[in-house]
Amino acid sequence: MELGVYSFGSLARDPQSGELVSSAQATRNLLEAIRVADEVGLDYFGIGEHHTPEMPASAAATILAAAASVTENITLASAVTVLSTDDPVRVFQQFATVDALSNGRAEITAGRGSSTDSFPLFGYSLGDYDKLYAEKLDLLLAINANQNVTWSGSTRPALHDAPVVPRPDAGSLPIWLGTGGNPSSSVRAGLLGLPVSYGIIGGAPARFAPLTELYRNTARANGMAEADIKVSVGSPGFIGEDGKTARDDFWPHWHNTMGVIGSQRGFAAPARLSYDRDASGTGALFVGSPEEIAERIVALHGALGHMRHFFQMDFGDMPQAQLLRSIELLGTRVKPLVDEALAEAAGQPTGA
Amino acid sequence: MATIGIIGAGKVGTAIARLAIAAGDEVLVVASPGAQYFEQIVALTVPGARAATLGEVADAAELTILAVPFGKVDTVSLNRFNDAIVVDASNHWEPVDGIPAILHGADPGLSSSELVQRLHPGVRLVKSLNHLGYHDMDTDGAPAGAANRRAVAVAGDHAAANSTVAAFLDRIGFDAVDLGALAAGAVLQPGEQIFGRFVQREELAALAAGRELAA
Ligand SMILES: NC(=O)c1ccc[n+]([C@@H]2O[C@H](COP(=O)([O-])OP(=O)(O)OC[C@H]3O[C@@H](n4cnc5c(N)ncnc54)[C@H](OP(=O)(O)O)[C@@H]3O)[C@@H](O)[C@H]2O)c1
Repeated sequence: MELGVYSFGSLARDPQSGELVSSAQATRNLLEAIRVADEVGLDYFGIGEHHTPEMPASAAATILAAAASVTENITLASAVTVLSTDDPVRVFQQFATVDALSNGRAEITAGRGSSTDSFPLFGYSLGDYDKLYAEKLDLLLAINANQNVTWSGSTRPALHDAPVVPRPDAGSLPIWLGTGGNPSSSVRAGLLGLPVSYGIIGGAPARFAPLTELYRNTARANGMAEADIKVSVGSPGFIGEDGKTARDDFWPHWHNTMGVIGSQRGFAAPARLSYDRDASGTGALFVGSPEEIAERIVALHGALGHMRHFFQMDFGDMPQAQLLRSIELLGTRVKPLVDEALAEAAGQPTGA
Repeated sequence: MATIGIIGAGKVGTAIARLAIAAGDEVLVVASPGAQYFEQIVALTVPGARAATLGEVADAAELTILAVPFGKVDTVSLNRFNDAIVVDASNHWEPVDGIPAILHGADPGLSSSELVQRLHPGVRLVKSLNHLGYHDMDTDGAPAGAANRRAVAVAGDHAAANSTVAAFLDRIGFDAVDLGALAAGAVLQPGEQIFGRFVQREELAALAAGRELAA
């Protein structure tokens, strides 16, 4: 099972000065986090395109290109690319470039994203969302399938046998569909022949089991090869030496971010009580000790059969050292425990 | 056993549908215009429910839940729902809806549900189930009389319709608090204190009335 991290490039608070770092420093911090994730043996790092002063990772592919040259093994991905407000030709070129520089480690996840700041920024209307998304995904997949592209639609000028380069050595880029749980998105992923990535930020993640089944059924009915039918999960998470400390350490940052988002969207920041519920047992926040988190990942794997789980850790001004420590624990402590548990489960006689 | 219609088989629609099935109701779910594999969606996300057309729902349902994005409320055709009880679970949620057509030129003093009512003047609209997260719907229902039972509000201009929805809420695990007229449901919108907050009956009533709570 692959484990990893994703980030929107949150501004860290400098523990010495007490100040928030600049957005430029946050960008360098993100590069450092990717390098550390690679060093500690994690499989995946995703950058979620974001355009806010608190989370300034607006140009994911540029950061990933820098990461390509300072990492060895880790997958370098978007999580997610807000495709509706971007040009699929440019998205492909950028990620194919990352793929070339990283010797085949780039991936794209296309999705709605959790914020809509990119719509006014790039001059699109949210009212056109469905059409933009469907057309741009169609074009991106067409580009991924063939170097020379012929395509027409209503959201951008047509292409006539236009070469889109560079090309990935493997022939194509892995492109995932990101969704937050609307059932029709799972169907769409299966019908498009794509792997699916679930962003699960509330409730009990195991409740996504019917959606993964829906996806797998649709994918099979659509003739997808078993090996290509893949599910991944992204969730908030944070790992500390022991469970209680992890939950105490993560709480102010989670509360801070939820307070900011809540004030924008009209809901109250969560109370500690509901946080503690969500951060334990079957909840959506994977916050705890390496042992607790490993156990919860394995339990969820039993329900969803996902092949990759990655965590957003750097909420609300978390100091960089704290983020790096959590990444390190995920790689050096959680990953071996998960590997061991899954190997043990696989070795057991079936029908247990 | 009542028949419940669901329009919008997304996160919220399927969560409410599961609660209705668990309560022993018959549940009919209407597909979106572009839906594919809809029978599968219903079979897997709401076992026990049945895919149905808008017409079937209009004929059979005691009440129908409207659980589509606010910006798409105008894509649902409710002409056959004259006098029918329709529960508006939608919210104007900017990250999804932006500023949709229904808001263009709208009186800013009106709540989102009042705009939905104007769009579909023939239905008996009741605002409810919009103020709790979909995952809370899955977890927070409790039997009548349970000490920690969550409360859910109803607001609509037809007292009998409010009562029918209140009885439905009670069946699916929530204490209902009737706020009266549809306009009173403004206190349930995003940005208001009740929105997204775990509240019980007394607290909900007090917050809706703008009263301070005794500590
Ligand atoms: N998410 C929450 O926690 C929450 C809580 C309370 C209230 N609400 C409100 O409830 C509503 C639904 O939210 P959601 O989170 O469930 O969104 P969602 O997961 O995107 O689901 C919306 C569903 O409506 C369907 N739909 C769209 N147009 C339709 C039409 N004309 N006829 C039938 N179905 C149609 C969509 O189908 P396609 O995907 O095929 O287009 C989709 O299945 C929104 O107004 C939201 O503000 C949300």
